[in-house]
Amino acid sequence: MKVGLFIPCYVDQFYPNAAIATLELLEKQGIAVGYPARQTCCGQPMANSGYEHLTEGCNSLFVDNFAGYDYIVTPSGSCALHLKEHLHTKKNNGVALGMRKKIYELTEFLTDVLKVKKLDAKFPHRVGLHQSCHGQRGLKLAQMTELTAAPFSKPAALLGMVEGVELVPLTRPDECCGFGGTFCVAEEAVSVKMGKDRVADHEQNGAEYITAADLSCLMHMEGILHRKNSSVKVIHIAEILNGVKEEVV
Amino acid sequence: MTSRDKILADVRKSQPPVSSLPDMQVWENKGQANANVIDTFKMVAANVGGKVIIINKLDEVRGHLNFIPGSRVLTTIPALFDVAGNAADYTDAMPHELENVELAILPAEFGVAENSALWVTETQMGTRVLPFICQHLALVVNAADIVPDMHAAYLRTQGTDNGFAAFIAGPSKTADIEQSLVLGAHGPRSLIVFVVTP
Amino acid sequence: MKHHADLAEVFNKDEERVDWHDETLWWVRQKRDKASHQIPDWEELRETASQIKLNVLSDLANYLEQFEKQAIANGVTVHWAADAKEHNQIVHAILQEHGITQMVKSKSMLTEECHLNHYLEEQGIGVIDSDLGERIVQLANEPPSHIVLPCIHKKKEEIGEIFHEHLGSKKGEDDPQILTETARTHLRSTFLTRKAALTGVNFAVAETGEFVVCTNEGNADMGAHLADVHIASMGIEKLIPQRKHLGVFLRLLTRSATGQPITTYSSHFKKPRPGQQMHLILVDNGRSIQLGREDFRNSLKCIRCGACMNTCPVYRRSGGHSYHTAVAGPIGSILAPNLDMKQYADLPFASTLCGSCSNVCPVKIDIHDQLYKWRQVIIKEGYGDKKKTLAMQAMAFTLSNPSAYRIAGKAGRVVMKYAPFAVNNSLNPWYKQRDMPKPPKQSFGEWYSEHRK
Repeated sequence: MKVGLFIPCYVDQFYPNAAIATLELLEKQGIAVGYPARQTCCGQPMANSGYEHLTEGCNSLFVDNFAGYDYIVTPSGSCALHLKEHLHTKKNNGVALGMRKKIYELTEFLTDVLKVKKLDAKFPHRVGLHQSCHGQRGLKLAQMTELTAAPFSKPAALLGMVEGVELVPLTRPDECCGFGGTFCVAEEAVSVKMGKDRVADHEQNGAEYITAADLSCLMHMEGILHRKNSSVKVIHIAEILNGVKEEVV
Repeated sequence: MTSRDKILADVRKSQPPVSSLPDMQVWENKGQANANVIDTFKMVAANVGGKVIIINKLDEVRGHLNFIPGSRVLTTIPALFDVAGNAADYTDAMPHELENVELAILPAEFGVAENSALWVTETQMGTRVLPFICQHLALVVNAADIVPDMHAAYLRTQGTDNGFAAFIAGPSKTADIEQSLVLGAHGPRSLIVFVVTP
Repeated sequence: MKHHADLAEVFNKDEERVDWHDETLWWVRQKRDKASHQIPDWEELRETASQIKLNVLSDLANYLEQFEKQAIANGVTVHWAADAKEHNQIVHAILQEHGITQMVKSKSMLTEECHLNHYLEEQGIGVIDSDLGERIVQLANEPPSHIVLPCIHKKKEEIGEIFHEHLGSKKGEDDPQILTETARTHLRSTFLTRKAALTGVNFAVAETGEFVVCTNEGNADMGAHLADVHIASMGIEKLIPQRKHLGVFLRLLTRSATGQPITTYSSHFKKPRPGQQMHLILVDNGRSIQLGREDFRNSLKCIRCGACMNTCPVYRRSGGHSYHTAVAGPIGSILAPNLDMKQYADLPFASTLCGSCSNVCPVKIDIHDQLYKWRQVIIKEGYGDKKKTLAMQAMAFTLSNPSAYRIAGKAGRVVMKYAPFAVNNSLNPWYKQRDMPKPPKQSFGEWYSEHRK
């Protein structure tokens, strides 16, 4: 099995630890992971702003980079969803459309493809799990409170395999944090208010860490936590599941 | 070109290829399996602000009526003409004449367990405005006429032809002010449902 | 031009009020969850409703003709209005014919869409809205902020003040029970003295020519049964094929809207009562255009339950008026651009695309996907911001060129300057209330080339 690691632009630039944890976690499962050096972005920042027509360059670069892999894994639900729903190119569309089915978000890949049942990791903390909307409602990583259907959660099940993790219950388990791509600046007032409310839910329920399968949400919430000098920290789920925190700095 | 023809032409131009209707029988069969319709009906009726009284025969309605002596009471149930006026007398009259009706006692064709709604037809109302303009409303339904759900309900109405009919569930209500529930918006302030269980 | 972000920013100046608004609507969403979770096959019911509506849209012209034929046979006068203006003129002509200068109206979002009240007032005809919430906003001289809960943005103290001023209630009275009683008395005399009543239509049945109006207050019935002339206005998409299909929609509508199992009254109007005139106006007003937009036609399945508003985290924290259109929230944001793309170009962007709206929608409209698609249309049609377009072009260039991306990264994550949230200066809205993480010494790409190759 050849797995290509896709590290989205802002993770590459701002959160290398999450990317390293993702790589190590996959390697520990005995997977040969390749990381195409010429990768950049999934194209979502343009597309969600209404500029999907500007994503041709980004998309064909993505297709060139990942054409040889059986699976493409990324530690970002949002980017995974965007690629699954919108990846297309003018010159190589057959390959692009076929690739949509090979793209997996990390926790989805661990659960559905590798069928991981055990993890060697320890994280003795109270953790709040933020259900990122694109992961949850888009990729169906977890059941959604709106539906009349049996509950499940792929990220929560994986966190359950980590020694010491205590998941805190949330008052609104799957409310959006308000990041929303360019929404975070175009609709600054509502975006921040949504973020503040989301963070408060975790704080009030005693979380020490907020984790998620999506760093964009975490970056937004971290920005709010940091501004108000909160002691609550954010951490990508890969870092908890990997069990080690290797500092780049 | 009239607007009618223009709209129809525009619609024809825009509509997608015809898609088929889902099979409704699946739903009609589901409800039949539901037992305990009376218990469900009672519970749901209470939740929507109504009151259910189980009686053995129609005569017992009298014993439960509690209205200010001398106030105006109308009914379309002949057996109660001794305590209430005949609402059918007003069918062709000005509906405005009913503005001071305190209580209306009307039969319902059938009830629906899942939402406690009662199907009341124009004939049963005497005159259309009555179940809405009265201060208090009492509806009488046979226990055997309570169906499980809305699919069964519409099966019951098949082949009927009413100029007007309504499902009524509970007293009139509003929560428009800060979501505070208030009973007695524009219609009746209370609803009593007599379920006749011989 | 009005913009959702600006109006939302104003709304957010009073954070306590935002919290109150959010909590009130969240409570309604929770009631909806409780009611829907009690129906084991809820999701199949939604699917069935969605399929019925798709069938209606796919055969709408025939259903309209069938409905018209039946309604006429029932003694109803049927009118057709191509747009809002024609609708308003038809209403006015009916009133004029009877010499009526005052009318009572129950809730109809269509008449809000057509700005009927304003039009009739200009013709010297007084309209009184009889739904309590609508009456309150009418007295406050405001539009409704929610299609089901028109004055959900008003606090009871403010309503008390309005009633004191207009209806003579005691100063400082803010008990909902007493305020409702005040409105009951006031509107009862209205019902008794109006010769014409206008109602909306929730569903119309092609097979029988009847139409169904759902209210909790009983105001539609009080108006219609006391009036000599009953006018019902409906959008052409309100049709359903047969009476038995009503079972599906009445099960879904109120559970989705307020969490009730059904509205207090579901009134089936078929024939006028003896001596009464019943008019029905079928209104297009852009619907046939929307029907032709393949990506957006499903929006016409909407049964106006308002569930998408109650669940929308943006609606709850920006208020209905920030959408500056008759139908606010997620559904309004996919309907309004069809009516006027320029005026409502902002609305499809007033969303995080979280998808909760699509999940609660009782007729399974893919609302959040349509928001995404409207964004593409609006930008392509040239209604986007020019500065944003330049930034997006620069970002697209950088992200398409790995070497430009690497160089940009080395030079202090410059690539991120095109991402609108990354530049730390006082002009960037990100930093008003948020920080950015400190850029690490190495990007992952740099770390990888040191450690794995």
